[in-house]
Amino acid sequence: MSEVETLLPLSLTVNGLSVREHAPARLTLVDFLRHRLGLTGSHVGCEHGVCGACHVRVGGQVVRGCLFLAVQADGTTVETIEGLSASGEIADLQEAFVRGNAMQCGFCTPGVLMIAADLVSLDRTVSREEIREALSGNYCRCTGYQAIVDAIEEVSRARHARVA
Amino acid sequence: MKPAPFEYLRPRSLGEAAVMLEQGGEGAQILAGGQSLIPTLSLRLARPSVLIDINRVEDSAALAEQGGTLRCGARVRHVELEHSALTRRCAPLLAMAMPHVAHPAIRNRGTPCGSVALADPAAEIPACALALNAQIMLQSAKGTRSVLAENYFLRLYETARTPSEVVAELRFPVALAHERFGFIEFARRHGDFAIVGIAVAARLEGTSVASLRLVIFGCEPIPRVSAAAAKLAAGCDYRDLPVRQIAEAVASELDPMENAQGDAHSKRRQARALTARVLMHMLAGEST
Repeated sequence: MSEVETLLPLSLTVNGLSVREHAPARLTLVDFLRHRLGLTGSHVGCEHGVCGACHVRVGGQVVRGCLFLAVQADGTTVETIEGLSASGEIADLQEAFVRGNAMQCGFCTPGVLMIAADLVSLDRTVSREEIREALSGNYCRCTGYQAIVDAIEEVSRARHARVA
Repeated sequence: MKPAPFEYLRPRSLGEAAVMLEQGGEGAQILAGGQSLIPTLSLRLARPSVLIDINRVEDSAALAEQGGTLRCGARVRHVELEHSALTRRCAPLLAMAMPHVAHPAIRNRGTPCGSVALADPAAEIPACALALNAQIMLQSAKGTRSVLAENYFLRLYETARTPSEVVAELRFPVALAHERFGFIEFARRHGDFAIVGIAVAARLEGTSVASLRLVIFGCEPIPRVSAAAAKLAAGCDYRDLPVRQIAEAVASELDPMENAQGDAHSKRRQARALTARVLMHMLAGEST
């Protein structure tokens, strides 16, 4: 097929910066973020919605970056792991992950942190069962999850201890 | 980029989407939450020539109670159904099923209407729609029609919906005080597609069972109301339901698809165990 593919305009906010770009309709959001914007913190694992490594926030909600077309993000606010790290929103989670060895290769960690950030920002502490249920959509092939659950639980408790 | 190229359209209303679907012909497809469709595009199992993205349509975004039904529009996402107080009050069965629908990030994007449109045999919403005998509103360029869930699911991934129709709304009858519900499923990982699942809606008259709709899903090509369970339960005292007998009957009635998830024998055993468990929980007034 020698036909030139149509590029569609999109303007969005990514980690607080406005972005104006063009993309073919079939480009997924995670590929757009990685290849066009160089935001390689969101990882591409299974590319069909099973592993959770590509989690990003669109309009404040965590979605699979591989099951979302870049053009669908037109007009939205996107946050990636880079944004969450830079703002300090998950600094305590990151410290707890390092302290508790809640990763080995680190491939799944950005996607896990996106889900964990939502869990620890609830107005109550979360149980281990809830953490495990929330992480059911994230594959980690190294740690066996124990240390990840420990780290999230620790931060959930610490944040509420501070408030109380 | 994994998907093959396609033309991308973004209608502003569901009516406009229906017209685009008609004009697009065979290669046109609706893109709702995309949580099942986009993987099939990436794997190139589907190669639509036109994708009609209904995520920005201005109508059909409502989850509302109206005239004895809970209406769920095409743009309502699983997460809204999961967290809405309306769901817990009007459709407790859906509230029980929602935590089993995939994973949080998928529920943030996927839609109940999209799930009914696809009709995956292992999906929870189609099973609940059948247990509650919901109305499925189908909109085309010519107008809107309503199909009862019991007439909607035909064969594996085949429904009463024609290619030029979009699932515009689901209408669940609002739960009554004398109804009881139960939901359970077995999957390899929490949130994965059910290997075997059961959704139950029972209607009582005093303490006796007026009707029992026990839907088994995940292991046959379409969700199905168990005729044997309905027959065995009818007229029984609710507190004295013949649980073991019903569980046996559900299992022997089953004609499971054999695949990597198990052979027919194991699926029958799972169905028997799950039926007994969900009915016991329901009798005890617990949610599963």
